[in-house]
Amino acid sequence: MGEIPEHLLKRAAERKAQLEAEKNGGADAAPDAAASQPAAAEVATPAPAPVEEEAPVRTGIAAKVPEFLFQRSKNRRAVLSGEAPASGGGSAGGAAPAAGAAPSGAPAMQGPDGHTHRLLTVVKSGSIQQTKAEAQDKVHTWPHLVSVELGAMLIVAAGLFIFSIFVRAPLLGLADINQTPNPSKAPWYFLGLQELLTMFHPMVAGVTIPGVALVLLALTPYYDKNPSNNPENRKYAIAMMTIFLIFWAVLVIIGSFFRGQGFNFVFPMKDGVFFEL
Amino acid sequence: MATDMKSKNPIEVAKRIGNRMHDSQAMNSIFRPGSVFRKGYTDSPRNRSYVIMNNVLYHLHPVKVKRHAVKVSYTLCLGGLSFFLFMVLTVTGVFLMFFYRPTAEQAWADIQTLETAVYFGSFVRNMHRWAAHLMVLSVFLHMARVFYHGAYKAPREFNWVIGIILLTLTLLLSFTGYLLPWDQLALWAVTVGTNMMGYSPVLRTNVQFVLLGGNVISGDTLLRWYVLHVFLLPFVIVIFMAIHFWRVRKDGGISGPL
Repeated sequence: MGEIPEHLLKRAAERKAQLEAEKNGGADAAPDAAASQPAAAEVATPAPAPVEEEAPVRTGIAAKVPEFLFQRSKNRRAVLSGEAPASGGGSAGGAAPAAGAAPSGAPAMQGPDGHTHRLLTVVKSGSIQQTKAEAQDKVHTWPHLVSVELGAMLIVAAGLFIFSIFVRAPLLGLADINQTPNPSKAPWYFLGLQELLTMFHPMVAGVTIPGVALVLLALTPYYDKNPSNNPENRKYAIAMMTIFLIFWAVLVIIGSFFRGQGFNFVFPMKDGVFFEL
Repeated sequence: MATDMKSKNPIEVAKRIGNRMHDSQAMNSIFRPGSVFRKGYTDSPRNRSYVIMNNVLYHLHPVKVKRHAVKVSYTLCLGGLSFFLFMVLTVTGVFLMFFYRPTAEQAWADIQTLETAVYFGSFVRNMHRWAAHLMVLSVFLHMARVFYHGAYKAPREFNWVIGIILLTLTLLLSFTGYLLPWDQLALWAVTVGTNMMGYSPVLRTNVQFVLLGGNVISGDTLLRWYVLHVFLLPFVIVIFMAIHFWRVRKDGGISGPL
């Protein structure tokens, strides 16, 4: 539960005190003792009209219901249940309609002073409905985002079409397990690993380093506790990632273009390119 | 039901057919009640919302997005383009499957036939290969973009993890496809790549044995990698993509401006 606003607590306390006073007043003094309180009129508590002497002592939630409403419902019930007997006289209906001046027979639809409805409470919107939503600068997905996506898609599709028309995918001779080409190279995205293979034991270069790198990469959000996404505040993270990316890019480029026969260093300008996509 | 003066003018006839189709049960069953295909489109904020709301695109995009999310310079569309390339690869891949049998005896010859005797065979194979390389690149760049924007931070941590899984799956898809032409390039590139797996801790050469279907690359490897390439890995990657896209929206759309 949220906090209850101060003014509502205050009001509830006032009302409780008032009811308490009323009860006390009703018990030892005449009913008009309650009416003498100035607040009583405000909450539409009627000055109890000639009450029947056998009015039961009400407790619990029933104690909170104004007296005249009890009267009214009683009258109404009597009218409904004994339409015929009630027509004879007011004996079944009991006292005349509590506070209103309704003609006999008609249900007592009115509260004190002829009011037909009453104000229960006024809830100020500011205090309970806390609307914190800030207006966001938004645009319609259609057409603004969809058109951008469509444009990007068409450009890439066109590029891919043209490239595929003019550049053939390589297809070398039939695979032969007895004839190892020199050099043998992995697909380009694994050439960084193959490059590491020249420096480390295969278990380190081929399994440990890529495995650890991938796990560290995946867990980045869990150890980077810096909440800011402003580049000014995350120079360290950006530096680390840039080093990481450049490290792999350089390895891949070396593996692709600067390695020739026997996976030895070559210069692409001088010795030619040993690379197939 | 006005049968009095039925014009023979083709435009009138087309209009009549159009009107009849417009109110048909078939048409109404295809397009949702608010669809602009049912009630026509005039540009208004309400109709702009309806376009998305009554469209499968609603699975991907909300009706409104942050203004800065539309800027090409922020995302460079890399995530969306990776998805687009995946779709291109699926379509071209299905075409290639019509002409390809994954056996050591037939695979290479099938590619030869495809390149020389099938309409657009060479073109579609080129597209498949270049789109594959491009997808590896675009997924990689997408990751870099997300990192530099700090977009992996709360509440998007888990989607970053999914993204790394997608990157790995993309590499695996590309690598399994690399073997399929069954030429010298494929055989030896995969030999180099899989030799490293023999050094896995604990499992040792078992990993290699399971992946190759033997101690060396053979026709068994080809079948195994073919199944991985055209069925298992795409199936898995589609599931992870669905989670990825769903989380983008649930985590509040793409990250805010810097």
